[in-house]
Amino acid sequence: MTPGAGTVDAQPLAPAPPAGAATTGGPGKRHRLPRARSATALTPVSGLGLGIALTWFSLLVLIPLTAVLIQASAGGWSAYWDALTSSQTLAALKLTVGQAVLVTAINVVMGTAIAWVLVRDQFPGKQLLEVVIDIPFALPTIVAGLVLLSLYGPSGPLGVNWANTRVAVFLAFLFVTLPFIVRSVQPVLLELEQEVEEAAASLGASRFTTFRLVILPSLAPAITSGAALSFCRAISEYGSLVLLSGNLPYSTEVASVRIMSSVEGDHLTAAAALASILLVVALIVIITLDVVSRRVARYA
Amino acid sequence: MSLRKLVGVRTVAALIAVATTILLTGCVGGAATAPGGAGTTLHLVGYAVPKEANNAIQEKFAETPEGKDVTWEESYGPSGDQSRAVVNGLKADYVNFSLEGDVTRLVKAGLVDETWNSGPTNGIVSDSTVVIVVQKGNPLGIKDWSDLTKPGVKIVTPNPASSGSARWNILAAYQQVIANGGTEADAKAYLTKFFNHVAALPGSGRDATNAFLNGSANVLISYENEAILARQSGEDFDYILPDATLKIENPGAVLKNANPKAKTYLDFVLSPTGQEEFVEKGFRPVVANTPLGEVSGANNPAKPFPVPPKLFTISDLGGWDAVNAKFFDEGGLVPEIQKATGRSQ
Repeated sequence: MTPGAGTVDAQPLAPAPPAGAATTGGPGKRHRLPRARSATALTPVSGLGLGIALTWFSLLVLIPLTAVLIQASAGGWSAYWDALTSSQTLAALKLTVGQAVLVTAINVVMGTAIAWVLVRDQFPGKQLLEVVIDIPFALPTIVAGLVLLSLYGPSGPLGVNWANTRVAVFLAFLFVTLPFIVRSVQPVLLELEQEVEEAAASLGASRFTTFRLVILPSLAPAITSGAALSFCRAISEYGSLVLLSGNLPYSTEVASVRIMSSVEGDHLTAAAALASILLVVALIVIITLDVVSRRVARYA
Repeated sequence: MSLRKLVGVRTVAALIAVATTILLTGCVGGAATAPGGAGTTLHLVGYAVPKEANNAIQEKFAETPEGKDVTWEESYGPSGDQSRAVVNGLKADYVNFSLEGDVTRLVKAGLVDETWNSGPTNGIVSDSTVVIVVQKGNPLGIKDWSDLTKPGVKIVTPNPASSGSARWNILAAYQQVIANGGTEADAKAYLTKFFNHVAALPGSGRDATNAFLNGSANVLISYENEAILARQSGEDFDYILPDATLKIENPGAVLKNANPKAKTYLDFVLSPTGQEEFVEKGFRPVVANTPLGEVSGANNPAKPFPVPPKLFTISDLGGWDAVNAKFFDEGGLVPEIQKATGRSQ
């Protein structure tokens, strides 16, 4: 749980205390150490924990991410430029990011509403719904694609044929990202003291004012972090679209299919360039959402 | 507070998903160690379609003196992915891919000898052709390539960008114009009209068959063996072998540091006995004296593989390297046509 922003900030400090202890150490009495530490200094135990966390994090995340960036930079700026200026790639990026933003916006409303219903309301079948919510997580995405195709495809019972259209991309994104906001908002909502709402009501606040000024600020961090997850999941989606979207260039082709195409054509640099562009987009969205979340929380 | 940190971790986790798409594509599959005891273990890495044929050939190989005591470790998947996996260290003695380029990749990596395609079949172990699949009874009355650009026709063909084998289909549609006496400009014009009728470009040949069966389109461009195999497994559709079409050639090769038995196996694959198993699954044999027998699922099981009057090959188009540069790379003919047709849709 440790490798959040805090740990990264603390990184330069991490080696200092153990190194100091080793060189000046020995059996001498150094009992001033534990008490004289500043707030950012680390005890040996937490230093060890930080070391393990950072090593783990580096092996799994930082080094692979760096490898992507190195691969992407192998062709220099021209590869980046080519990847960005290919109109087909640009169309795919626009579609992917556009649909991901749209889907995330819908999830913010629907996810919060579902979490609210699950926490605050009692109804038959509630336990079942709790379990079913997670199914988009568990289902292999290609199966999700098949399910959506059989429902919204040409031979579906609803009589609509959304296969191979942009609606298909939208639906697939909605399906795979549904649980994120529900699952991040739910625990916060559970912790929320209902007395505060009652107090607000007794002071004359309307239900809407209570929601806006009391509940929303508490939920904002959970909603925005769920939204960030949902967005990142959507822009990287591939499996469910293989059968559903038709991969039509300039129409329903998403960024991950473009990446696959570059890999198949043995243009690894182009693939890595597009991947790093997706990473930057994801970072921008995460930071923006974080800023929004802080604003709303401060508003309280 | 801890939730925010937790969320940070999960966000990063989502980012990894993007990164791993690139990094791990080549790392699928894992070579198991050979079981102890007597006998030889051979590693076969191949594309998924001929798995059953390969297994049948292995069974027959086991009945020969050389093939006795050989056990198999197999890995199947999309041809390009499998080839990249071998380059990245997946253990292989014998490889069977759908495209020559997937073996060339191994030659470039120093894993397969440059002379791999100098044998009597030029490194090819099975053949097929590009065919047009239509609904049962052929309600649209499609007979040839020219009928595919008529109103109401909706075509599904695998995505030539993300699936290497899908390129056979596009090349067949293009080159048939030239085989019928047209110019390159005519061929390009035809391909543009063709793409105007494309309803979906699924990820692989099998996905395309599924999309067609699902009703997304009324015409599927496929491979003869894929059509025959689907009909063998009970799918109900017709297929048409056009008068002018492309011969599909699937290579097989032995790696440089492979067990010597792998070469014996390749020779067995190229014997009439080995070829017979490919024939049974709908592939055309590459050895002339292969007994054909009855091929269920073929249009005419007794005479399963009529030779079309104008059957051209990839070397008629200049070979794969030239074809990829001319048609499929960034700025090539197909992306250019897709740009024109995609915008108008």
